[in-house]
Amino acid sequence: MTDQAVDIQLENVTKRYSNTKQPAVRDFSMDIRAGEIVVFVGPSGCGKTTTMKMINRLIEPSSGTITIGGQDALSLDPDELRRRIGYAIQQAGLFPHLTVGQNIGMVPGLLGWPKPRIHARVEEMLDLVGMDPAEFRDRFPRQLSGGQQQRVGVARALAADPPVLLMDEPFGAVDPITRGNLQDELLSLQSELHKTIVFVTHDFDEAVKLGDRIAVLGPQSSILQFDTPEAILAAPADDTVAGFVGAGASLKQLTLLRVRDIELDEAETATIDEQPSVVRDRLVARNRKYALVLDSRRRPKRWVHLRDLNDGPLDTVGRPVNDLVTKQSTVQDALEAILTEGGSVPVVGTRGEYVGAVGIDTVMDTVRKLREEHENG
Amino acid sequence: MPLWTYVTARWQALLMDSYLHASAVVQATVLAALIGVGLGVAVYRSPLGSAVATALTSAILTIPSFALLGLLIPVLGLGVPPTMVALVLYALLPIVRNTVVGLNGVDRSVVDAARGIGMSRLRVLTGVELRLAWPAILAGMRVSTQLLMGIAAIAAYVKGPGLGNLIFSGLSRVGSVNAVELALVGTVGVIVIALLLDGAYVLVGRLTTSRGIRD
Ligand SMILES: Nc1ncnc2c1ncn2[C@@H]1O[C@H](COP(=O)(O)OP(=O)(O)O)[C@@H](O)[C@H]1O
Ligand SMILES: [Mg+2]
Repeated sequence: MTDQAVDIQLENVTKRYSNTKQPAVRDFSMDIRAGEIVVFVGPSGCGKTTTMKMINRLIEPSSGTITIGGQDALSLDPDELRRRIGYAIQQAGLFPHLTVGQNIGMVPGLLGWPKPRIHARVEEMLDLVGMDPAEFRDRFPRQLSGGQQQRVGVARALAADPPVLLMDEPFGAVDPITRGNLQDELLSLQSELHKTIVFVTHDFDEAVKLGDRIAVLGPQSSILQFDTPEAILAAPADDTVAGFVGAGASLKQLTLLRVRDIELDEAETATIDEQPSVVRDRLVARNRKYALVLDSRRRPKRWVHLRDLNDGPLDTVGRPVNDLVTKQSTVQDALEAILTEGGSVPVVGTRGEYVGAVGIDTVMDTVRKLREEHENG
Repeated sequence: MPLWTYVTARWQALLMDSYLHASAVVQATVLAALIGVGLGVAVYRSPLGSAVATALTSAILTIPSFALLGLLIPVLGLGVPPTMVALVLYALLPIVRNTVVGLNGVDRSVVDAARGIGMSRLRVLTGVELRLAWPAILAGMRVSTQLLMGIAAIAAYVKGPGLGNLIFSGLSRVGSVNAVELALVGTVGVIVIALLLDGAYVLVGRLTTSRGIRD
């Protein structure tokens, strides 16, 4: 295996637990292409976790073959194999007695990287998942929010730059807003990293948002349908899949449209240490009412209205930015954010830096266009 | 004040007895910890094994200490050997039980993640599970130490070292001069050492437990 993305083949893989009559996974075959996100979605207990864990041999298949990047996975040393496959799970599974830095540096350490390289890598990974290394590297997991723990879990999984990433309901235990943000971040990461990702969830909306292809699984991990989200939404293979897809399938088309597909607005920006009077003059000159205040790393922090600009320094006036979207976010996410943020929501890049904004007008235009297309087509 | 005179006159001997007492208890606890943690590690994954280990070690605890020490004389003679063997045996239960409970209390998702990122079985045990179970193991050692303080005093019966000698010689001469005082000095000594060792445990706990899991 190299650090290039690799493909994965499962052929006639079966898992029979010793204490059960029926196999948990029966005769599962699938080709996963290099660099794609395949989502396993299906009801609880259908065998998603068992299927995924056979790829990194946390569970040994009873029969069948698994090939990763052309190599027979069952012929490799399991510990060595796992160090080359990123693994992120629900509740993150961070080591509570180790710091964030030590958690992220664990796999590079196991691989025998020299200390300075590990140190630099930890910094890079924290940056990548949008956490300030200076602030977070020496914290312990219990000093993080649920969403931050999941970010560290993803950073730990990616630290040794594995070509394959396995994720088992990694965002299942966080609140919906944080989950949406984490999904966006995963997609921006993937647009840079091009890993081969197998992602397990029981949430079909999550599958639609993240998957290049979705495998809808039934009992004993039987593949009911394996196709792109668009194809599954448009033509569910059978009644079971249709039921799982849900009644609102046509509305879900909205969630297929990404922020990157629509034109971004330019917000009027200011940096946090600027003089309020300077910002005020600029707003007046350009005939704008709001400025978006960015911190020293160009991350959006506050919205300030023209009339707030007499009351003190920029980091105290106005109201904090509570919700952000990325270019990978769905237009649906952007709309929801606008409805809570009011007017407009900032769009940020992979490191949380400002790249534009989406206004309510743009979203309404998009909705109108979509509806026209739908009626004409 | 005869008691005070006695203490000041025999200060050196008293310190020596206290030291021997504490040393026997600490050494027995450390030995019991090595054996007990090993035993705990061997059985914690099997409910049956855990039950058997706990039952066996608690059976030891029900044997009266006089009886156990007496039974060891024909095998090991008098003095240090029977004392240490008895102390180690008595210290096992709290340590084995807490090791099993501590290891089983480790969050399964943490172990799953550790295996999943490629840590070997041994490394998961030493680097994750035992580290996370350590506060529980240490708490078991602390209970064992307290338990041994009193039992070690009885060891004077087999000519073992420690403050028990004072207590025994006092009690055997009740009615004569200073007899009660002698027993009293021994008893108070045991209590003082127990408190000091307990303080040491708090310190060791703070120094050896990661800030991430300390409360
Ligand atoms: N270690 C195990 N021993 C026996 N049966 C198991 C074990 N792990 C999972 N199973 C069973 O296998 C089936 C599939 O489980 P799992 O792969 O965890 O499903 P999912 O991840 O889709 O919820 C379930 O019926 C579950 O009860
Ligand atoms: Mg599962």
